[in-house]
Amino acid sequence: MPGIKLSEKAIGLIKTICSDFGNQGSELINVLHQVQGKLGYLPAEVQEVIAKELNISVAKVYGVVTFYSFFTMIPMGEHPISICMGTACYVRGAEQVLSEFKRQLKVEVGQSTPDGKFSLNCLRCVGACGLAPVVLVGEKVFGRVSPQMVKTIIAEYKEVGASEVKSA
Amino acid sequence: MRASYQLKRVDFIFKNENDWEEVLSKSISRSPQELINELISSELKGRGGAGFPTGLKWKLTAEVADSTKYVICNADEGEPGTFKDREILSMVPFKVLTAMAVCGYVIGAKEGYIYLRGEYFFLLPELNKAISEFEYYCNEINLDFKIRIFIGSGAYICGEETALFESMEGKRGEPRNKPPFPSDVGYMGKPTVINNVETLAHTYTIFKYGAKRFYDLGVQYSRGSKLFSVSGDTPKPGIYELELGMSLADFVEEFGDGDTKAVQVGGASGFLVPRKRFQETAIGYEGKLVGISLPTGGSMMLFNSSRSMFNVLDNYLEFFREESCGQCTPCRVGCQQLLKGIKAVKRGEKKAQYLDKLLRLTETMKLTAKCGLGQSVANSFSSIVENFREEMIY
Repeated sequence: MPGIKLSEKAIGLIKTICSDFGNQGSELINVLHQVQGKLGYLPAEVQEVIAKELNISVAKVYGVVTFYSFFTMIPMGEHPISICMGTACYVRGAEQVLSEFKRQLKVEVGQSTPDGKFSLNCLRCVGACGLAPVVLVGEKVFGRVSPQMVKTIIAEYKEVGASEVKSA
Repeated sequence: MRASYQLKRVDFIFKNENDWEEVLSKSISRSPQELINELISSELKGRGGAGFPTGLKWKLTAEVADSTKYVICNADEGEPGTFKDREILSMVPFKVLTAMAVCGYVIGAKEGYIYLRGEYFFLLPELNKAISEFEYYCNEINLDFKIRIFIGSGAYICGEETALFESMEGKRGEPRNKPPFPSDVGYMGKPTVINNVETLAHTYTIFKYGAKRFYDLGVQYSRGSKLFSVSGDTPKPGIYELELGMSLADFVEEFGDGDTKAVQVGGASGFLVPRKRFQETAIGYEGKLVGISLPTGGSMMLFNSSRSMFNVLDNYLEFFREESCGQCTPCRVGCQQLLKGIKAVKRGEKKAQYLDKLLRLTETMKLTAKCGLGQSVANSFSSIVENFREEMIY
């Protein structure tokens, strides 16, 4: 992946977040949550700044970022779509739902659409097994999703994006 | 002792009583020793699945001399098919907070943490509101106890208590060696009580109504009630509070769709019970009365005859391979090989006897893996392969 250059503003933001947590190495995960919340993802350059601020090695930061599935080193879509692959969802047809999303969005798991609108991911059990199969778009939960519903779900968010652009 | 197992619904946990202030102030007017005795005589065991006696856990931690101790509420509910803790935290958060504060009083801790599963991030605003209301009251009654929430980051292994400490300390969630146990060396190396959300909610019931009320529910060795998360092929998925000790046959009678061929008790790390064993299987802790007794964190997944058990096992193994922390070899390599192995048998690249080799591999994992994750892969693997061998092959 080609390197990116962080803006002064982004660096300042990371530094502020680190100092909010007392520049403590033990607060690394909280720091990562906050930074990812602001910047959307955690590329190597960001990790280097964090490591320096918290006075820990870059390897340690990288180890933590890659250990937890919530942290991502590549940008996610504006509307991240997550398909639950927990057992309850799986036996109730999550795989067919996933392939329908792949087909409609023309992306594989872990990728984003070229326009940056959607990204597709799998996750393990959101604790809504009574609603299986479950799909999350952002923080919104869709229950009892069938492959037929996929088109409607995507359309809902396409429109949201479009109207936002108009009003801006 | 009850003669037969029967399905009995109870309603303690979700009963909205709005009397937490009273329960809290009354509890801390009693001596820590008295509260510990109350818990011990209730015979409450950990509701996360492992079933360690809660009273003993508090007692051990209380006995360690240290000026800094911690209370941690394990809300990293990640076992596939379990969704009870999420419900407790959104319906009756004050019961959990109260129980944490009472625990703090008993063991001598001034700080509590809720390790909240990342997927439950949406609970945060409401929980924070509850915590500030709660701390306000603690101030009023001069109880020095603060509660902070730590958000998980999507790793199943962090539900394991020592991995959870590591994660809270800003590290990779890799389990520690035990002993030392958390009662001696826990979060930040300090004595720590770590309890599941549901366990804490049950202590509220016990402190409010007394140990006897709780002890009278359930059967010998498995006292009290428990929340069950029912999912899969059932006409009524959801959360139910039931007395412990019921037979699986009664359970299926109530929740099945008439065509239940097997029930997975305890999620991916639990056991699959085929139809022919429903009658002799009871849901409770070890120390069985009759037949087999299965402990569970509460995940009950029903499968009807349209389900392929190969697909179920395939899904579990993929889950374990993904969630293995990678620290110890038996688990890291074992999960990969099991998954590869069953696929090869299914495709006919390996003979059916290869399954026996894989079963031996799970035995090795059970003996040598460092933590509960690697050790429990054997549970679902052997119970599925042994009972549905033909489905693995053809």
